[in-house]
Amino acid sequence: MNAAEFSKKVRSSEIDIVEHIHKVIEKCRKINNDFNYFNTISDELAIKQAHEIRNQIKNKDNNIQSKKLLGIAVSVKDSICVQGVESTAGSRILKGYRPLFDASVVRKVREQGGIIIGKTSQDEFGFGGFSVNVGVGFKTPKNPFDPERSCGGSSGGAGGIVQKADFPHIALGESTGGSIAAPASFCGVFGLCPTYGRVSRYGLIDFGNSLDKIGSMGKTVDDTALLLDVIAGHDALDSTSLNAPKEDYGSRLGKGAGRMKIGIIKEAFEEGNDPEVESKVNEGIEKLKENGMECEEISLKLPIRYGLSVYYMIATSEASTNLAKYCGMRYGAAEKLEGNFNEYFSKVRSHNLGDEAKRRIIIGTFARMSGFRDAYYIKAAKVRTLIIQEYRKAFKKFDALVSPSVPILPPKFSDIEKLTPLQNYMADILLVGPNIAGLPHLNVPVGFEKGLPVGMLLTGDHLQEGKLLQIGSIFGERK
Amino acid sequence: MDISTKTIEHVAEIARLRLTEKEKEKFVPQLKEALEFFSKLSEVNTDNVKPSFHPVEIKNAMRDDIEGKCLAQDEALSLTEHKKDGYFKGPRVI
Repeated sequence: MNAAEFSKKVRSSEIDIVEHIHKVIEKCRKINNDFNYFNTISDELAIKQAHEIRNQIKNKDNNIQSKKLLGIAVSVKDSICVQGVESTAGSRILKGYRPLFDASVVRKVREQGGIIIGKTSQDEFGFGGFSVNVGVGFKTPKNPFDPERSCGGSSGGAGGIVQKADFPHIALGESTGGSIAAPASFCGVFGLCPTYGRVSRYGLIDFGNSLDKIGSMGKTVDDTALLLDVIAGHDALDSTSLNAPKEDYGSRLGKGAGRMKIGIIKEAFEEGNDPEVESKVNEGIEKLKENGMECEEISLKLPIRYGLSVYYMIATSEASTNLAKYCGMRYGAAEKLEGNFNEYFSKVRSHNLGDEAKRRIIIGTFARMSGFRDAYYIKAAKVRTLIIQEYRKAFKKFDALVSPSVPILPPKFSDIEKLTPLQNYMADILLVGPNIAGLPHLNVPVGFEKGLPVGMLLTGDHLQEGKLLQIGSIFGERK
Repeated sequence: MDISTKTIEHVAEIARLRLTEKEKEKFVPQLKEALEFFSKLSEVNTDNVKPSFHPVEIKNAMRDDIEGKCLAQDEALSLTEHKKDGYFKGPRVI
């Protein structure tokens, strides 16, 4: 049963929402014991919301007729603020932080009757592609198909719970450099990262301001489109929010995509892919052709060759400034006030930030330092311009571009441990391009190899989320 | 690019991080490897290219100058143990 059908049954009282949510919370606890998908399960809030909905139904409140997410369980990546619910972005430095407000996306979900079930686990502040860089004292989420393997990151908990939940559920994820598509790929679900600015970032605990995007992750393309439909749109509270008309994403599903032109990114198939991943993605491309789409190879040199360098220079530079605000004073972790300002701030930050956060702060601070700024940060911003131009040229000809989402099958934790930080970053190689250029991209599950899911990446031009979902809807059963 | 322990110590100090000896030992080769890789950006010709600080064109969005709702003082102070007489309390300055 997809989310929309479930809402109908809640509306007609065929399903008692309070009983249902009690069961959902119970199930989440059980799953969490084995897989670590939640940093916090917001049982009190969820049950309170369920009671409110039950009362509205009992009182025949007309408002419930139009609510698009009525009774649907929605999980929220821990970096997105939920009023009164601990929101840490997976970092010990925000332990105990209970925001005084809802992020705009959370407000919109609640207005449409969605029930917030908890905060999903992630790499600290989003710093990773495998969800192993969790903050000090946090647990690493495990792959739903093999607990010895990674579920991708950084929205790892989100991807995992979308796959494991046997109840209607959609997840709010967030991507800075691939953090929606990577876990969606490793967990075998749909993950849509929208155009930069399409969804408000207000209330997101930011990582890289020019890169962060909140998006949706669902078991079906319908669920994914439904949540995007609720959260997309202009928001005066986010000065980078795009004031462009919003599409009805659901109306494009199942329409076929016969006349569309698809570009197969040449460099994404040249080297470094697991053969299993490549063969499944090739099957996906065959399916596009069978559905009447015209597929043609296109060369995109810059994003694949230089994307990682551009991304890590810009993302760490922005992160190092963003994380400067965490100093143990106004909220989050605090310690005894001792020493002068610098001594106190350094103490709190050194105790409470994890290794990868420290590394990225150092890289980003270095890249912005006088004497190095032009060679690293500004240089990266210039190559970013060229990358955006290269994509723009491609979209003059094509409706969407195709590559694998991640070149490898979900790796074992024991293998990830052996990687250097740079080798870790390499997993994002096919995902950083669309993120640098702020392009919408969708992970489509295209099957299994060795019992593990493989994802194909569809990238579209700015504001073409609808087109991607339309193409995505030819994959898998649309229940 | 010469990334020494001294460089890392200097950058960490600017970033208000105090690294242990063990961390320094671990981070130096890791950061060296990463920064060397990122340096390959110098291969790209960017003469006459303007930097992009956003992926899409962003117009400066200013709201009308009208008084709005904001956090009450007690709300703003509710998330910290370090407060006194309605103010945040910080470490000593001098």
